[in-house]
Amino acid sequence: MTTAPTTAGTRELSAELRGFRRVQRLAYDCAQAVAAELRPGVTEREAARMQREWLRERGVRDWFHLPFAWFGDRTAFTGFRFPLQFFPTDRRLEPGMPFILDLAPVYEGYTADIGFSGALGAHPLQERLMADLAAHRELILREVRERRSLREIYADVDRLMVRQGYANRHRAYPFGVIAHKVDRVRERRFSPRLFGFGTQSLRGLVSDALHGHREGWSPLWSPYRFSDHPPQPGLWAVEPHLGFRGTGAKFEEILVVTDSADPGESAFWLDDDLPHVRGWAGKGATKDTTATKDTAGKAEGK
Amino acid sequence: MTLPEGVRERRVRTGGIELCVAELGEPGRPTVVLVHGYPDSKEVWSEVASRLVDRHGFHVVLYDVRGHGRSGVPRPLRGGFTLEKLTDDFLAVVDAVSPDRPVHLVGHDWGSVQSWEFVTVERTRGRIASFTSMSGPSLDHFGHWINKRLTRPTPRRVGQLLGQGAKSWYVYLLHTPVLPELAWRGPLGKRWPGILRRIEKVPAGDYPTPSLASDAANGAWLYRDNVRPRLRRPRADAHAHAPVQLITPSGDRFLSERLYDELAHWVPRLTRRTIPAGHWIPRTRPDRLASWIDDFVTSVERDQERERERTREGGGEVAGEAWSDGVGGPARKAATGRYAERFGGQLVLVTGAGSGIGRATAFAFAEAGARVIAVDRDAESASRTAELSLLAGAPEAWAEAVDVSDEQAMETLAAKVHAEHGVVDVLVNNAGIGLSGSFFDTTPEDWRRVLDVNLWGVIHGCRLFGRQMAERGQGGHIVNTASAAAYQPSKALPAYSTSKAAVLMLSECLRAELADQDIGVTAICPGLVNTNITATASFVGVDAQEERRRQKRSTRVYGLRNYPPEKVADAVLRAVALDRAMVPVTPEARVSYALARFLPRALRALARVGPPL
Repeated sequence: MTTAPTTAGTRELSAELRGFRRVQRLAYDCAQAVAAELRPGVTEREAARMQREWLRERGVRDWFHLPFAWFGDRTAFTGFRFPLQFFPTDRRLEPGMPFILDLAPVYEGYTADIGFSGALGAHPLQERLMADLAAHRELILREVRERRSLREIYADVDRLMVRQGYANRHRAYPFGVIAHKVDRVRERRFSPRLFGFGTQSLRGLVSDALHGHREGWSPLWSPYRFSDHPPQPGLWAVEPHLGFRGTGAKFEEILVVTDSADPGESAFWLDDDLPHVRGWAGKGATKDTTATKDTAGKAEGK
Repeated sequence: MTLPEGVRERRVRTGGIELCVAELGEPGRPTVVLVHGYPDSKEVWSEVASRLVDRHGFHVVLYDVRGHGRSGVPRPLRGGFTLEKLTDDFLAVVDAVSPDRPVHLVGHDWGSVQSWEFVTVERTRGRIASFTSMSGPSLDHFGHWINKRLTRPTPRRVGQLLGQGAKSWYVYLLHTPVLPELAWRGPLGKRWPGILRRIEKVPAGDYPTPSLASDAANGAWLYRDNVRPRLRRPRADAHAHAPVQLITPSGDRFLSERLYDELAHWVPRLTRRTIPAGHWIPRTRPDRLASWIDDFVTSVERDQERERERTREGGGEVAGEAWSDGVGGPARKAATGRYAERFGGQLVLVTGAGSGIGRATAFAFAEAGARVIAVDRDAESASRTAELSLLAGAPEAWAEAVDVSDEQAMETLAAKVHAEHGVVDVLVNNAGIGLSGSFFDTTPEDWRRVLDVNLWGVIHGCRLFGRQMAERGQGGHIVNTASAAAYQPSKALPAYSTSKAAVLMLSECLRAELADQDIGVTAICPGLVNTNITATASFVGVDAQEERRRQKRSTRVYGLRNYPPEKVADAVLRAVALDRAMVPVTPEARVSYALARFLPRALRALARVGPPL
């Protein structure tokens, strides 16, 4: 289905990848702008609406999914049993509460899906979780470049989380996915949504799923057998989500997978200029300490 | 009864009598005033006071309440013990010992009842920095509590009323004329020390003091002068003007825990603590009390320091945004767990804390505000656990790399912990390894390995840390991680099940032995829990490749079952809080426990079925 990234012969991004990067940056700008506006007493619904309106004013008309906002122990999906519990509630933000904003706008036909973690005031625990996510970002990229099976990579991420002392919370997502494919979406004047998900994007996913079913791959990166295949070229929105008792943290961004033989070109993060990546660079976190697989996670972030 | 060395005594005149006031420690340090109850004298505090001075460096002040110990006796007795007069006494003492700084007040029993009066009347405002209350409610709050239950009785409220009514039998007796005095000066006074030892488990020694009979006889007027008027017409404005820490002994024979249900209404800044003990905690649990008093006083002093800095900086207005982190160091996460009242500040040692159930248990205790010592064979994962425990809410956490099967190392650890951190309050012997395979494939070496860790590790833990607990004589708790395999036979796990069955029986025996010393012992039997025990387990009688395959396969089965170790950790905390003897955790562990009790033959049949590996 996706052909664009496979042409990326150099790090010079194709026009199409630039389009994806533009919308991903827009989405992160939105998350940062809304996060800066959050005050005690704001509800999850209000935070979700703020994101929707911010992006609407900037020309977003369609969504992969409508924005989510999770506050307090909902950042770790405490007690989540049904998918409906992901939707924003009337929980109010309090000082010292962690929050996660998760939004997936479609802009000029390009899709982004991002996650932004923060807290109202200082939150050492969540900062620690975020710092420890750096090791996961590296692990995922390295193993995708090694063309390991997605299911194995999932298990490795899981093991790293356990070693770090955290619980895997992306397991709570539908199908337990750590990532899913995103794609270009045809712009329609009428784009209804089904349970918060844009129908155009869902169509893309379903058609990918059908294709993949015939060819032996899946647009959902899950712990199950249907993900037991090497990374499929395309754009993957990767969202490792850590939980530690009542606190959760995640990032979500696009990983580009190509069919290039050169390992460096076979997979790369679409954009390295994102808030969480800048945060790690600023703190000098983890680049070196996670270099070897065995110590990854034990020595992170010191 | 002697107070510790270096005590300075003085007499303070108030309302026509003289009070005997004792002082310990440096006067420049924060002042803690200890007020005793009935029938007692200030010597009831001797153990707590010496700890507050020696370990925590406070300036400690104790005094004999009027009519008690070596203080003067008001004449006539009737009307000489009203709360107003007791407040005068308190103010006179405070003015003498700490004229320009507010004091931290601590009261037990009637000392707490009168301290509630001190902390809720207007004329003491600014003289009290904090109040720690044990086993003594405010008579005003108590009056409102009764009225609420009388005016709007529901079955539950009537039950609470009758429950407390039954516990207050001695109050009615004290209201009879003359008889209590005769009893105290006669046979009761003679027998009282023995009664305290037998029923309240107060350690023998030179407490109570020889003045007991006259203390108790005079002190009866505390009840007669105050109880009826206050309960009949409780003050409506009895709001505390200082932060209050409430310590509730769960085994108090005289006061129901329910009394304090509505306390938050009267106290804006309330910290609750519960302790499994009887009424006389100043005698039976001095270590715990001293450390809670220290924590509370220190946090109040720190808050006041911040408050002062803040007003100095911004003239009352907070610079920046109100919700951003305040002045001073990084805001530490406050303990929020469900059991924070029970485990706050306690010292908890967990073995096998580098992963799985041990790590989750360490985190759960940390969240409840306990100080955590994470012990694991693997130094790195132990220090990781300690590090995250701090973030989860533990005030302090340490990591120790020790192999529990190593007797020498365990002895060194026990000595080190005792020297550096004191006696462990809760010990969790959790470290264990898995081993599966036919009995005939299990070599003596395999047996030794499993028994060394699973059984000897527990024995060493109980032996060394349990002995420290028993010698301290202030209670404690031991949790041993057994397994559902302890009562569920299986042809696939002969060595493992044997070791765990031994742990279960050891726990039961130890529980019987330590019951008299208020040390509880719990055996936890988790069942199939998603931890890395499957990935590290040995499978004997197969080659390395097959062993890896089985490890992977069993990890997958446990992963599909996906019972999280966090739930086991919660079960551990609950078991300690409720002092359970034996706790099967997962549903399948409960079912097989029921089978073991009621249908053992079915369980034996099940044992012959091989696991699906």
